[in-house]
Amino acid sequence: MSRRALVVACAAIYVFLMLPLLVVFPISLSSAPYMQFPPPGFSTQWYERYLDDPQWIDATVRSLYIGAATAVLALVLGVPLAFSLARGRYIGRTLLDRIALAPLVVPTIILSVGLYGLFAKLKLIGEWYGLVLAHTVLALPFVVLVIVAGLRDFDRALEQAAEGLGASRMSTLLRITLPLLRPSLVSAGLLAFISSFDELVVALFLAGPNMTLPKKMFDNILMEIDPTIAAVSVMQILLVSIVLVLIGRFGRGLSGSAR
Amino acid sequence: MASRSADLEIEGLVKRFGEVVALDGVSLDIASGELLTILGPSGSGKTTLLKVVAGFETPDAGTVRVDGTDITLLPPARREIGMVFQNYALFPHLTVERNVAFPLEMRNVGRAEIERRVAEALGLVELQGYGKRLPRQLSGGQQQRVALARAIVFNPRLLLLDEPFGALDRKLRETMQLEVRRLQRRLGLTTIFITHDQEEALVLSDRIAVMNKGKIQQVASTTEIYERPANDFVADFVGESNIFHGTVTEVGSVTLESGRRLLIAHGAPVGTRVGVLMRPERFGQGVNSFNGEVKEAVYLGSSLKLRVACDDGVELIVRQPVRGPLPAAGSRVSVAIERESIHVF
Repeated sequence: MSRRALVVACAAIYVFLMLPLLVVFPISLSSAPYMQFPPPGFSTQWYERYLDDPQWIDATVRSLYIGAATAVLALVLGVPLAFSLARGRYIGRTLLDRIALAPLVVPTIILSVGLYGLFAKLKLIGEWYGLVLAHTVLALPFVVLVIVAGLRDFDRALEQAAEGLGASRMSTLLRITLPLLRPSLVSAGLLAFISSFDELVVALFLAGPNMTLPKKMFDNILMEIDPTIAAVSVMQILLVSIVLVLIGRFGRGLSGSAR
Repeated sequence: MASRSADLEIEGLVKRFGEVVALDGVSLDIASGELLTILGPSGSGKTTLLKVVAGFETPDAGTVRVDGTDITLLPPARREIGMVFQNYALFPHLTVERNVAFPLEMRNVGRAEIERRVAEALGLVELQGYGKRLPRQLSGGQQQRVALARAIVFNPRLLLLDEPFGALDRKLRETMQLEVRRLQRRLGLTTIFITHDQEEALVLSDRIAVMNKGKIQQVASTTEIYERPANDFVADFVGESNIFHGTVTEVGSVTLESGRRLLIAHGAPVGTRVGVLMRPERFGQGVNSFNGEVKEAVYLGSSLKLRVACDDGVELIVRQPVRGPLPAAGSRVSVAIERESIHVF
């Protein structure tokens, strides 16, 4: 493909992806009480409605801490798993590798139905930590992928050097390996956070009366359609964008070289 | 810096990687304070040998002893061996200072003491004032020095260098070679240096161990290795050489496979199969003369290198001092060599 054609294709894709934002953002600042584009006038009422409604704020705060807890748990489980997959030599390693990535392949709705049955027995429906457990399952593949990629590029001579200089395995891990892996850890944690913060399907099944932000938005659309949803969307997009910028700044992609 | 240099005994090391035998019964003794170079082509097993000494590989058989103590199964962290890696292996997230301080921190040395010794080590490698920089802000040669400082700062019993100058340009490499030699002498540090560069080995070493295919071919002083190699491989690998094979037909005379007879100073009995080595720079006056045609003449500045196809079928590489114009290809020459200059093995 010629360079020019590539530029045109990329531009088209970019516009296609950005167009909804160009609609959502103006509508969130609309003065009209219903979805109308272009908006007839300017007002911040929908942002006020969001900020003044404890239900919206509750849902937002809940999504934030569920996301944070998911990120932490996914790292705690995913990092050792990634080390074992990247460096271990044992029977069943390939199988474990496939299983670790299975949540990416299995449709979320299937997973949700299964988890619903299980969590109902365990009385975890409606509990925020139940949702954290479920979101961790979904976030784990991201963590494993990012950390395994980071470990693949890791120069193990550095670990040998550390041990040769007198460092124990633990000191080597804490002083050399993990600090050098930090960009990958940051990316993995933030990706896990986003995957939970944006997640709807599992939340529909397991959240019960305790709304997460995506579930509250979904319910809201079912009940009434007013530009509040646009305002909330803009807030959510901004937050995720900030996280993505953080990944770009401090983190590391799946294939990009270490900064 | 007080030295606690140790001697090293390596005995019967065997290491296999699947089908490949990386070390095939390697034994080697290194005296305290000695610098021994292990010279060999890539794949000869020299890096594996170093890894076994450092503790990164466990041998299938054999022992490594430092000052008489068996360390074969001791983890690397407890061996007190300083090592400089091929690509330096500096910790990229730590400053020069923190890199050099690392082995001391691991030994719970006090802060003031660490500061003093880091400064001393950086002084030894002439990097005062670079302490606050990160490794990537240094040139290759400077990174090399940091790696060296880090390897000696904790006063190791042994220093291992794994082709440390491979990535440096020629001039810098020569400077670093002399510097390592100076530092090693000054500290009296028992050192194993690994290289595939025979010139580097000749410059640096007290003794050279030539390795090939997992075996030590010869261990000897630098002059011994060059002048009196033990076999074809050593003769061929170290320096330029004219190697032929033949049979002793009477004492003091060898008949080469080409039929050519050479007078030698060696007293091998009649009928012995021998190899003969003639170093290119040893041609001049002598009882063995060769007439032939110049195939190629290369001007090397300090000398002239000729490839001569001799009338009796042998081809010789000859080095001569530059005298007059470059001989043209196809011109006739006569070269000669003294019987004492021919090494028989």
